[in-house]
Amino acid sequence: MQRIMAEKAKELLQNGTVNRVLGWKKGEFVYDITPAVFNNTEEIDAEFVYDDFCANNLSKYLIKESRKEGKVLVFLKPCDTYSFNQLLKEHRIWRDHVYAVGIPCDGKIDLDCLKKQDIQGIVGIETQNDNFIIHTLYGDHTIAKEDALAERCLNCKSKKHVIYDELIGRDGEVLDSHRFDMVEKIEAMTPDERFAFWRGEFSRCIRCNACRNVCPACSCENCVFDNPKSGIANKAAADSFEENMFHIIRAFHVAGRCTDCGECSRVCPQNIPLHLLNRKFIKDINEFYGTYQAGEDTESRAPLNIYNTEDVEPSIVYKKGGNH
Amino acid sequence: MKKLSLANLDAFFAKIADKQALYMPIENKAGQLQFQRWTEGAKLSVGCNTVRSAKDFFFPQTENLVDFKVKGKEIEIIDSRTEKEDFVIFGVRACDVRSFAILDKVFLSNPVDTYYKSRREHGTIISLACTHPEETCFCRTFGIDATQPEGDVASWITEDAVYFQPQSDKGQKLLEKCGALLEEADESPVLRQKQQTKTYLDKLPLATLSTKHFENKDQLEVFNSEKWAELSEACLGCGTCTFVCPTCQCYDIRDFDTGKGIKRFRCWDSCMYSDFTKMAGGQPRLTQLERFRQRFMHKLVYFPINNDGEFGCVGCGRCLKKCPISMNIVKVMKTLEGEEK
Repeated sequence: MQRIMAEKAKELLQNGTVNRVLGWKKGEFVYDITPAVFNNTEEIDAEFVYDDFCANNLSKYLIKESRKEGKVLVFLKPCDTYSFNQLLKEHRIWRDHVYAVGIPCDGKIDLDCLKKQDIQGIVGIETQNDNFIIHTLYGDHTIAKEDALAERCLNCKSKKHVIYDELIGRDGEVLDSHRFDMVEKIEAMTPDERFAFWRGEFSRCIRCNACRNVCPACSCENCVFDNPKSGIANKAAADSFEENMFHIIRAFHVAGRCTDCGECSRVCPQNIPLHLLNRKFIKDINEFYGTYQAGEDTESRAPLNIYNTEDVEPSIVYKKGGNH
Repeated sequence: MKKLSLANLDAFFAKIADKQALYMPIENKAGQLQFQRWTEGAKLSVGCNTVRSAKDFFFPQTENLVDFKVKGKEIEIIDSRTEKEDFVIFGVRACDVRSFAILDKVFLSNPVDTYYKSRREHGTIISLACTHPEETCFCRTFGIDATQPEGDVASWITEDAVYFQPQSDKGQKLLEKCGALLEEADESPVLRQKQQTKTYLDKLPLATLSTKHFENKDQLEVFNSEKWAELSEACLGCGTCTFVCPTCQCYDIRDFDTGKGIKRFRCWDSCMYSDFTKMAGGQPRLTQLERFRQRFMHKLVYFPINNDGEFGCVGCGRCLKKCPISMNIVKVMKTLEGEEK
C-alpha cells in the first residue's frame, strides 16, 4: 500500500494537481511515525511511509495547511474522513485547497498494548498472517493482531470513507461496533462508583493538553484555558478537582461535533480513557435525538444546534435515574 | 557492599517507611509505572521507567510559595511552606539521578531556591541499576552509566537479593538503620549483572548517538538552521515532552485571588505553550517554530554554554515514548548534525 500511495503522490505532484503532500514520515524505530509535508518526489522516495503505526489523524493539520498557497494532497483513513468532513462543516478547512485521497486501514498498533505484555526493547516488527512477530533486544515475541491493535481500531465504527476526491482500494462499510460497551458498563455503576472511577482516572492527568491540541474538534484559535485574560486560565490546578473539570468541560464543548476518532486517548501520556467521555455524549445524543454521527456529512444540522418540538425534555435525566 | 535477601524486601521497606515517607515505582491502574508512596502490600515494579520523572519530588508541578491577607492598608504575609519532612525515594534510575545534578545547577546557584533546596536536603535517594534498557534509552550519550547509578545509595536487584552500596553520609546512615536486615556481601553477582547489562547497552539502537556536533558550537549557527521549520512542522504545541522530562525546569509564578486572600503559587511552565514567558510587552516567541526551537536550544546549546559543557538532557527516552507526533531530541540532534555532512 505504501508503494501505491507514494506513486499516487508523485503522480499528483508531477502533473501539478497538488504542490505538496501531507502524509507520514519514518522515524528512528519501527513505530515512531511523524506527520509531515512532502514538497517533492525526492522527499517522498526518501521518507514517506504508510504502515501499521501510521495512527495520527491528519485532518486537523489541514486547518493550517489549506490556508497556504496551492493545493495539498492529504491521505485519509476512513475514520480521518469523518474528522475532515466535520471540519468542513465548521468552515475550518478551505476545501478547494485540498485534494483528499482515501486510503484503506486495517487498524493501527497501539504500542502500549505491547508494553503491557512486557514486550520491551522493540527493534523490529513483521506481519505474518494474523500475527505480528516483534523483534526485541531480548528476543522475539509472536502476538496476535487483535492483542496489538488500539482499542479504537478493535471497535472500529466505520471502514467507509465519507468524503474523498479519489479512493485507493475499495470502500468499506459502516460497522456494527462494540464501542459503547464500556460506556454501558460505566452507566451501570452506582453514582459513587462512577465518581470514584473518573476521579481515579483523572488523578493521573498532568495537564499537558495533548488531548486538546490533537483533537480535530478543538480548533479554537485561542482556548480560554490558555488565555490569561479569560480569568479561568488554568496553568496550575487550584485543587484536585480542576483537572477533572477541564476534561468534563472539554467533552461538553465537543459534544455533537466529536466524531469519535479517538486521538485524545491515543496521545494521553497517562493512558486516561478520555474517549469514553465523548462516547457517553454520542450515546446520549443517539438516544435522545435519534442516531447521529458527527462528520458523516456536511449538510445535516447537528442535534445540539437545532430545536424542534419532538426534542427530549430535560426531565429525561430523572426518568433515567439521575439525581436532582 | 551490603546484601538484602529478596525475601526480606518488604521488611526493609517497612523499616524505612516506619520513620519517613517512602516512594518507589509502583504500577498504576493504567498499567504504567508511577512513583507512589509505599504502604504495606504495595508492590515495587522495576520493569521499565516511570512515566513521570523523579524531578517531581524536588520540583513539584504546583506548589504554594506564600499566602497574603490584605486588611485595609496592611498586608499579612503567611508562610505556607510544606517541604519539611524527610523522605526516601527508592528505585531512581541512573538517568533520573543525574537529572538532579542538572536541576541543582539551576536551583542551587545564586539566588538559591530555598524550596527546592529544602526538599533536596530532606530527600534520600536509593538509585537502582538498570538491567533491561529500552530501545529509547540513550543515557550513555551523556556519560551516564546505567549500571552504576549515582545517588545516596546505589542498588542492584538480582534474582535473589538486593545489593546496596552507600555513596554519601546520608546513604550510609539510612543503611545503618536497617542494619539488622543486611549482611556483608561479595560483589561478584553485581559485577556479573553489570557485564550482562553492558552487552545490552552496546546493542541499543541509539548506542552511538553523540553530542559532538553541539560541543563548543556557535549558538547562532544552530539557532538559524533552516531545519527547525521541518522539525517543528507537526508539533501540536502540547506540553507532554516538557512535563515528562526530568530536566525541564521552567516555571511560572502567579498570584491567585481565592476570595479570602491571595495565594502565590509556582507551577511548571512549558516552552511549547503559547503564553510561555508572556510579558507586559507581549510574547517573545510568536510561532511554534520559535517555541519548539527554544526547548532544544536550551538543552543542547544554552545550558552547556552556561554550565561547563554539561548538556540539559540525560537520555531517559521519555519524550521519545510519549510525544504524540514522535518528534524528539534524538531526531533534532540527528537532523541538525546531518545538515552539516
